[in-house]
Amino acid sequence: MPEQPYEPERAIAGTGMGGAMDLGASEAATLEPAPTAPQVTGPAGKPRSLWSDAWRDLRRNPVFLLSALVILFLVFISLWPSAIASGSPLTCDLAKAQDGPAPGAPFGYDGQGCNVYTRTVYGARTSVTVGLCATLGVVLFGSVLGGLAGYYGGVWDSVLSRLTDIFFAIPVVLGGLVLLSVVTSNTVWPVIGFMVLLGWPQISRIARGSVITAKQNDYVQAARALGASDSRILLRHIAPNAVAPVIVVATIALGTYIALEATLSYLGVGLKPPSVSWGIDISAASPYVRNAPHALLWPSGALALTVLAFIMLGDAVRDALDPKLR
Amino acid sequence: MGRYVLRRLLQMIPVFVGATMLIFLMVNVMGDPVAGLCGEQSCDPATAAQLKREFGLDKPLWQQYVTYMGNVFTGDFGTAFNGQPVTELMATAFPVTIRLTIVAVFFEIVIGITLGVVTGLRRGRPVDSGVLLATLVVISVPTFVTGLLLQLLLGIRWHWIRPSVRYGTFDELIVPGLVLASVSLAYVTRLTRTSIAENKRSDYVRTAIAKGLPRHRVVTRHLLRNSLIPVVTFIGTDIGALMGGAIVTERIFNIHGVGYQLYQGILRQNTQTVVGFVTVLVLVFLVANLLVDLLYAVLDPRIRYA
Repeated sequence: MPEQPYEPERAIAGTGMGGAMDLGASEAATLEPAPTAPQVTGPAGKPRSLWSDAWRDLRRNPVFLLSALVILFLVFISLWPSAIASGSPLTCDLAKAQDGPAPGAPFGYDGQGCNVYTRTVYGARTSVTVGLCATLGVVLFGSVLGGLAGYYGGVWDSVLSRLTDIFFAIPVVLGGLVLLSVVTSNTVWPVIGFMVLLGWPQISRIARGSVITAKQNDYVQAARALGASDSRILLRHIAPNAVAPVIVVATIALGTYIALEATLSYLGVGLKPPSVSWGIDISAASPYVRNAPHALLWPSGALALTVLAFIMLGDAVRDALDPKLR
Repeated sequence: MGRYVLRRLLQMIPVFVGATMLIFLMVNVMGDPVAGLCGEQSCDPATAAQLKREFGLDKPLWQQYVTYMGNVFTGDFGTAFNGQPVTELMATAFPVTIRLTIVAVFFEIVIGITLGVVTGLRRGRPVDSGVLLATLVVISVPTFVTGLLLQLLLGIRWHWIRPSVRYGTFDELIVPGLVLASVSLAYVTRLTRTSIAENKRSDYVRTAIAKGLPRHRVVTRHLLRNSLIPVVTFIGTDIGALMGGAIVTERIFNIHGVGYQLYQGILRQNTQTVVGFVTVLVLVFLVANLLVDLLYAVLDPRIRYA
């Protein structure tokens, strides 16, 4: 493995979206694409690919299974929250404000007399939507831009590298406060748009590096010698071998986007009431924390568990895709 | 060395211009800057036009940017709309945030690197798995949740600390600094662990052990010095992020630092304050990065900057 830290370029690559956003980025950046071992063959006699190898590992990894289970449950309750919570998260009864657990409200009531359990369950939808959509957007933009820059090199590559430097210099929460403070629309889309805007450089840098490594492989030279077009080389030969680091970083980033949405909502610029989001609930509960700590603890716990599940999933995927770390 | 520094300084210019321009654009998109001056009701058009002329806001955006940057480099960061010079706000805000950042970086170095070395040397043992799991949990809990929980436990339940900071002295900033550092601290631990575990098997460590050097000397002089390079990179780039990310911590503990001023500036659409503070933060980030690269040469004598 090349001693990457010696390149001055790497200095800025260390921290992406304000520190927390790029967990695993620099570790994952050292992944080498497709260290497939040709001598190993599966039961059918076919050579096992990196992916089937990784899948075999993942199926036996309890961390992966546990986090996948948590994520499946979260997706389920964000699709059908009424399956496990009765009533609406917006029906509140001030007479019950700050009350403790009661039948039908196992988590008690918050400062406005809303059912904390119902609100916590309904809050999952916001987090999951923001996390998935933001990651999808970031991966699409980032890997296309970074991949093309890495493949073609030249002027656009330099321009893109400087552009990512510029984005890395802006603190994320700050950018969010400035941009989202003007937004009046109370949906998840401005928040997602902001995350894509500030998140793509992180993925683009990873994708660029991994495409540059992949394009030096012999099979790419061979394909070129056989007269394959650029698009064929990129899609058939480079992309499958360069995508692993992007997937790892994206999975971990998904967790951090969920945390970022909650942080922005806590600061009052992400989603605003009457939307239901864990960040809003935590923010609303903090003034009453002396009398009703449960209204703070449950949404906080749900948020932490969700982020933890995605980060552990990313960790497990990285271990499976990079045999060198074992 | 001199030429390298010069080249790096020149490379910093486009990033600096780009980042400040981006913020300048964002802030201008933020809304009508004079609207904040007229309080709750909307401005009378004649007054608004006059105010805009007075502040030079009727000129095209690029011209405003050039004028503003020209002023910044002569030390004039403009006036907040309440009449206070932005530099005055900075003089009160930056010392507090710098102290907070120092506390945070101190925790990152002391706790993060210690835990990283301990786990890296004992890879696969229960200590290692335990610390690794703990770092995952710390990374997963967003800073504002950590902050609110510590404030609730230490400040309100157990009365160990005052829940809100009064003067911003070092002893008051210990808990907020720990909260600010928490995520990066976990990251430093993981990074050090990976790096130590990787270098533990290298030839020079085997040689050092074979020479009969005591274990602590092998670890500190040989292993640690070589393993710290990625960690130093991370901490260096993190300084800028910590100062910019202090908004959340400062809000929770009511610390009147950079984050507080920025938050107020954004809420009140105080463009000069926001752009001024962000400009300084971007500069801090860039300079910290440069210093980190120069530190490489100290840590690793193989690196020479021509």
